[in-house]
Amino acid sequence: MAHPQAPRSTRAAPPPLQGATPAARQSRFRGVPRFGSLVFLLGLLIGGVTHADSPTSRVPKPVIEAARGGQCVEDPAFMRRHHMELLKHQRDDTMHGGIRGAKYSLKTCIECHASQTTNSVTAAPTNFCVSCHTYAAVKIDCFECHATQPQKTSSLPLAQPVPAGSSLQLGQQQVKP
Amino acid sequence: MKQAPTTSTPQPSGQTDRRGFLGVAAAGLAGILLAPGVRLIEIAQAAPANPVTGANPKVRWGMLIDSTKCASGCTDCVTACNTENGLSGGTLPTDSQWIRKIEIKEVKTGKTQSLPMMCQHCAEPPCVDVCPTGASFKRADGIVLVDKHICIGCRYCVMACPYKARSFVHESLSNQKPDVPRGMGTVEGCTLCVHKVDRGESPACVQACSAAGHGAIVFGDLNNPESEISKRVASYATRQIREDLNLDTGVRYIGI
Repeated sequence: MAHPQAPRSTRAAPPPLQGATPAARQSRFRGVPRFGSLVFLLGLLIGGVTHADSPTSRVPKPVIEAARGGQCVEDPAFMRRHHMELLKHQRDDTMHGGIRGAKYSLKTCIECHASQTTNSVTAAPTNFCVSCHTYAAVKIDCFECHATQPQKTSSLPLAQPVPAGSSLQLGQQQVKP
Repeated sequence: MKQAPTTSTPQPSGQTDRRGFLGVAAAGLAGILLAPGVRLIEIAQAAPANPVTGANPKVRWGMLIDSTKCASGCTDCVTACNTENGLSGGTLPTDSQWIRKIEIKEVKTGKTQSLPMMCQHCAEPPCVDVCPTGASFKRADGIVLVDKHICIGCRYCVMACPYKARSFVHESLSNQKPDVPRGMGTVEGCTLCVHKVDRGESPACVQACSAAGHGAIVFGDLNNPESEISKRVASYATRQIREDLNLDTGVRYIGI
């Protein structure tokens, strides 16, 4: 009768296992703080990620730098999904047909989207083209041949810098889907 | 209930009659509208979407190089080409050279002649014939180009060209010109400064030659009898290099 009552009376400290060596007991007790620290670390990690994000969304978003011009050639949502098709179509028109200065040329994209700081679309990890393609894990080889910086002297009105406030506003709008 | 089918049977036949009449009337109307001297092909040719932009198939761009005005040792055209297209200017076997100066010598008399050599923009280009992917192509206005999006770097065209006008890019490049994309693993050559020609300008070598006062190169439309180049070709004895190959080159020479 004394044996079944023993666990009830010593609930806080578990009874010593019969036949277990002192070393085995020690390892069993060491496991508890290890698991606890793992949970604690996980909690920190999750808490940190959710804290770093905006309160509205828990999904991380790529950094999208503000463009220089005011208005993109198409709606940003359309461009996000179809820019590669537009560029490929335009590429063939320009290369084989000699049609230049068209609406969807890569050159004008770069003129507008080159970073204000690096003056390039690929120089820094946050620059326009590289930022999204890294996020989407898409490897493009456009810039093995094509220039990543706009021309020194450009006649395009889009390449004119706009006031900092308005471009920042545009950038913030673009971040949200 | 049995009367319903009998009353409704005449209706479909009336509908088919009407449809048949409409079909015949529409065909007749279309025939009348198209008939008087207007054919579909003429409509297609009459109004291109934008006649100003794009390579014009009626044009044949060409160059006339007067080698009597071309001084030995002068490399103004070569320098201008390198600057315009972002070439390194090196002359190693692995460096791209779109235009180079060559010296020719008549063996018997010893008379030497200096002239620039580049892609001759043939009407029947061997580089286009041998290209396995269609990357090497001739534009509608006669300019022979490489579409580097399609080029696989096999270098058949380099071998096929009788003028040694094509180069292969061996190493990765950076800081290319926005108008002149160039990249490792593709073949390239003189584009006749196609980005400038599309803007209505002359190629860089032509501009540099006339700016330096030599005026040895004339650029223009070989198909237009009113153009300067056509008038000169009509009045002076001009030669194509390797005329025996019947490539009908766009680049012609005087004094060789």
